[in-house]
Amino acid sequence: MYGRDADLAALRAEGARITCYHSTTIMRVGFFVTCLVDLVRPAVGFAAIKLLKSGGADVYVPPLQTCCGQPAYNSGDRSDAIALARKVVGEFEDCDYLVAPSGSCSGMIKTHYGELFRGDATMETRVAKLAAKTHELTDFLVNVLEVKAPTGQYKGKITYHDSCAGLREMGVKGQPRALLAAMPGVELIEMAECETCCGFGGTFSIKYGDISARLADNKCVHVQNSGAEAVVLGDLGCMLNIEGRLRRRGDTKTRVLHVAEVLAGEAS
Amino acid sequence: MQIASMHFKARAHANLNDEQLQTNLKKFQGKFVPARRNALVELDDVEATREAARQIRQRALDELDTWLELFEENATASGATVLWAETPGDINRLVLEIAARHRVKKIIKSKSMVSEESALDHAIEAAGLTVVETDLGEYILQINNYEPPSHIIGPALHKSKEEVATLFSNTHKTPWKDEIQALCLEARSVLRQHYLSADMGITGGNFFVAETGSVVVVTNEGNATLTTTLPKVHVAISGIEKIVPTLEDVATLMRLLPRSATGQSISNYVDVLTGPKGAGEFHGAEHMYFILVDAGRTAVLGSEVREALRCIRCGACMNHCPVYQNVGGHSYGWVYPGPIGSILTPMYVGLENALDLPQASTFCNQCGVVCPVKIPLPDLQRKLREEEFARHLRPWHERAALRVWAWFALRPRLYGLASKISVRLLRLLARPNGMISRLPFAAGWTDERDMPAPAGRTFRELYRERASVRQS
Repeated sequence: MYGRDADLAALRAEGARITCYHSTTIMRVGFFVTCLVDLVRPAVGFAAIKLLKSGGADVYVPPLQTCCGQPAYNSGDRSDAIALARKVVGEFEDCDYLVAPSGSCSGMIKTHYGELFRGDATMETRVAKLAAKTHELTDFLVNVLEVKAPTGQYKGKITYHDSCAGLREMGVKGQPRALLAAMPGVELIEMAECETCCGFGGTFSIKYGDISARLADNKCVHVQNSGAEAVVLGDLGCMLNIEGRLRRRGDTKTRVLHVAEVLAGEAS
Repeated sequence: MQIASMHFKARAHANLNDEQLQTNLKKFQGKFVPARRNALVELDDVEATREAARQIRQRALDELDTWLELFEENATASGATVLWAETPGDINRLVLEIAARHRVKKIIKSKSMVSEESALDHAIEAAGLTVVETDLGEYILQINNYEPPSHIIGPALHKSKEEVATLFSNTHKTPWKDEIQALCLEARSVLRQHYLSADMGITGGNFFVAETGSVVVVTNEGNATLTTTLPKVHVAISGIEKIVPTLEDVATLMRLLPRSATGQSISNYVDVLTGPKGAGEFHGAEHMYFILVDAGRTAVLGSEVREALRCIRCGACMNHCPVYQNVGGHSYGWVYPGPIGSILTPMYVGLENALDLPQASTFCNQCGVVCPVKIPLPDLQRKLREEEFARHLRPWHERAALRVWAWFALRPRLYGLASKISVRLLRLLARPNGMISRLPFAAGWTDERDMPAPAGRTFRELYRERASVRQS
């Protein structure tokens, strides 16, 4: 059994003291950290929470969340993907919204969970309800919280890399740019091929390392040619891939930042 | 055609390091992608047109037997002969039987990818007949010792004009020149003699029209027009899935096909051919045959990837695929490269012979959004990945890693503990700049990239810590 109450009970059993949310008027936003943020860049998660809170959301973080199941799903391991999807649905369905600092993970939940439960009417309904309230972070800030200008400070020339799932599954294109452009110190430059895949592709990046690295290399060239000091993006997978390739190319200067860090003022 | 799809990894690696090929691929990418974008602007409503095209193709597939029977009836009534090839071998057998019946010695061909599936040219030559490819790209490949095509509409676009110049000079014994117009004129003068002396013309078929029994052939060089009208026999070969119910359907599809393919509003030539030359008619072949090919198509129709049969062979998926753009069409090892090939090849030659193809995609879905008939290409590739996983066709270590990871991810407390330990260990591997330069179990990543090291503590532990601080 999963779900908020189970999580809270579990945490209490472990001795943690946590707040319980009983608010009925404020929108309760379930924050899906994503496994990569959890493991590699926790600061991105905290920056995202800061943005959600300053936008007026009541943020709830299911404490036992792990992964949306996409690695299993895209590797053809359907049964594990279904089990993980079930876990996520249970953890977040009581929230008013599910928000993730990732186009890829939110896209998995919003656009692929339905297919996993085809034929299971109960789950299909539950998934459809969750999918309808699932958002990528910047989309949620702009279209639900109606944030006009982020509170954080950042100064410098940046370029934005559109992640594939963010762009083509979640429709994230203008949202991050609008928020970034509203920051007084930010100079937003568009690089060539900003919508082209960086080559990450999950396990693809390890199975076909040479192809993946070539795609990343192309992206690095476009970033460098743009004249930006930092490439800003909304997905950890792209972030690790582009940063890893930039450094291997010997570029120690160009920064690779998650959009949440920039908007929250955690990147200056 | 010889299957080399099992060598995808090695071929892709070699092609990534082939400087000439990389230069040629970049040039091609800079042409088709913007051309398509500009051409689609001419349509009032691209999305509605795509949806209409999807429906037309899907309707044809949903009632394929009905339309095929209607086609056979109408084509036969117009005087043509309809033949059915169940296997690639049947294509070659039928062509040679027709050639024998009409005492054919020389055959000219306009482009037919289906005939590549059965290596028809080799079968024709083995039977002692002459065959000449008339599509310029296919001709270039033929005189280069039957090099395989690397793209479905631009079979030789992996070649530079200098490479073609050398090939022409050596084959035609003419002075070396690399002006494109001069090269085209040279090909034209060579091919013209063959058009006039051939006894049989073979074409592919972009569409078979059920209501009229016609074949529609789309070209830019006019070679199909000559191939179908000058020799006394015309044979049109294509897959059974190429059927469309009506001519009006063709009109809708033609709004998207050339635009998606080469960025043209309309191709230079569109031939709609119905029956052989009738009494009192001046143009056309005296005998007309259709060879409708199954060769795995009905199996696809009954599978989870059936939507792939909607394909109208525009090539937009490969033109826009970042993997194809960088590894080139030859890496895929069979007739159809790129995203659509990564579905059709495993289905036609056996999944076990093409294990890499459904895997070699980042699932960026650039192909899916440009496909004129809305084939969900990544979703279909994922279906094949599921089959590979279910049939234990993946390496054991990949499967084991996945199962172990999923086992933990489904046990959140153990996962929390394991991830706490992992991120600390990985942190220890980091150089002062925060990068890991070698990871023993992920060499694929670290061979050409650094791995940014984890911060050292997980979000989950930090969040819990902060939550309890807030409470105390």
